[in-house]
Amino acid sequence: MRAKFWKRFSKNKLAVLGGCIVLCLFVVSLLAPWLAPYDPSEINLKLVLLPPSSAHWLGTDQLGRDVLSRMIWGARISLKVGFVATGIAVIIGTLLGAFSGYYGGGVDAIIMRFVDIMLCFPTFFLILAVIAILEPSIWNIMIVIGSTSWMGITRLVRADFISLKKRDFILAARAVGASDARIIFVHILPNAMASILVAATLGIAGAILTESALSFLGIGVQPPTPSWGNILTAGKDNIDIAWWLSFYPGLAILATVLGYNMLGEGIRDSLDPRLIK
Amino acid sequence: MIPLLIGITVVCFAVMHLAPGSPTDMQTQMNPKASLEAKQRLRQMYELDKPLHQQYLSWIKKLARLDLGKSFSPDHRPVADKILERLPITIVLNILSMGLIILTAIPIGVLSAVYQDTFFDRLTSVFVFVGFAVPTFWLALLLMILFGVNLGWLPISGIRSLNYEYLPAGAALVDLIKHLILPVLLSAFGGLAGLSRYMRANMLEVIRQDYIMTARAKGLAEVVVVYKHALRNALLPVITILGLSVPGLIGGSVIFETIFAIPGMGQLFYMSVMARDYPVVMGILFIGAVLTLLGNLIADVSYALADPRIRVS
Repeated sequence: MRAKFWKRFSKNKLAVLGGCIVLCLFVVSLLAPWLAPYDPSEINLKLVLLPPSSAHWLGTDQLGRDVLSRMIWGARISLKVGFVATGIAVIIGTLLGAFSGYYGGGVDAIIMRFVDIMLCFPTFFLILAVIAILEPSIWNIMIVIGSTSWMGITRLVRADFISLKKRDFILAARAVGASDARIIFVHILPNAMASILVAATLGIAGAILTESALSFLGIGVQPPTPSWGNILTAGKDNIDIAWWLSFYPGLAILATVLGYNMLGEGIRDSLDPRLIK
Repeated sequence: MIPLLIGITVVCFAVMHLAPGSPTDMQTQMNPKASLEAKQRLRQMYELDKPLHQQYLSWIKKLARLDLGKSFSPDHRPVADKILERLPITIVLNILSMGLIILTAIPIGVLSAVYQDTFFDRLTSVFVFVGFAVPTFWLALLLMILFGVNLGWLPISGIRSLNYEYLPAGAALVDLIKHLILPVLLSAFGGLAGLSRYMRANMLEVIRQDYIMTARAKGLAEVVVVYKHALRNALLPVITILGLSVPGLIGGSVIFETIFAIPGMGQLFYMSVMARDYPVVMGILFIGAVLTLLGNLIADVSYALADPRIRVS
């Protein structure tokens, strides 16, 4: 089955391209201290707002810092935020979805009403409100993005559990006396992993977009820590003189989100159709 | 509907009150002379010293009378007034962009389904894929640089020019439209990709149905088959999607109104969040959720009106 997956995946050009983009980002984040040509927070007031040149490939910002170096370090931030925030969403979503689908009845009704209520809020409003109270910091952002984006995964996992719990192998497990916890986590959950994986890959893209929007508004990752979003804030402040501050970080966000989306859809298309609804 | 509404008020309240920090911190931390007593007095004034459930009950009682309390900001105006004066521009902007989404996404979706696997279909697929990934605030910056700074065709902030009051009616209207072009275009862009993709999938599914084959078999022109028989049925589910896109549009208004300095509800929300103006933030969070609920309700009702199959007899 795994061999079939790889065969289908490697034939899908977009998926492979997406995978390459994501892999590149990992390498860049990992090697940031060696790849970055300058110290990302080194201020040099003699080099303020220089356009791209051979010394500073992507120009410098309003404090004379090298934009390329800041973007390379920024890749680390978005990778971190994407993975941790999505991890939180996956944990909450999977647990709630599993309980909801497995137990049904009152538990299901309460959890699903809660999902409905959460879906009524414009997510960005909710995130903004919480962030402002919690003080913006990278950890708070990850927690808040994660805890406001689990609803889709809950519905997905619930649907999987409802159909899986009626299968014969679950009845067999119950017949030999397996506990609820064992049935949920050992027998059903592995079979629902495929769709969770796809949702998580797409979720990382969403989390990175949200983080950059928050940082852009000044309530995300705080300077001097470089993030693609807060470089764009500087771009907006200097919109009439320094186009490079706006152009390149956005391009990086676009490529990253595109990469995760292509990878996620590629995985979905390559999975065994029996595992995906 | 009612349980949802109650749930919404609980979440609004919980979000604002269970988190650490207090609005009085904001007013006193700038002032080192503020004594503990003064802080206490402030807390009493805002009823923050009472138990949480009492605060919630008094908030919800006022809410039932559409009283959202008074703003913590120095002007101490009623929250409802502050929101109401800014709500119309946000709603107008969102309706305009919703209209633009419908007018462009539906034809794109239909055409790429009818001409499946042609150059046009591939082109729109690429467009949709990129559209999903583009950070719209970045696109806003690029368009501001292009049309506002380099070409100087469009203004990049506010909804009126400084000399607005002195312009004749016609010129004033043109002025307003010029200010609205970029925000509406960008806010529509966010929803465009999703809806056109959805429309395409719907259309492809409908075209495969038996009754479409029947229509073709009895010799109807392809145009009639596609635009009369198939389109009608493919359009139905779109109503629901439009209802579901309301929270996204409203949420997006924070970003656009902040970038373009548009004095709407989104900008008020951003400023209130920055100032920790709890009553305003709670009020807008609540109104945003209610607008979403309303959008879904309208979608459900119009779906029932449009589709005879789900009408309850």
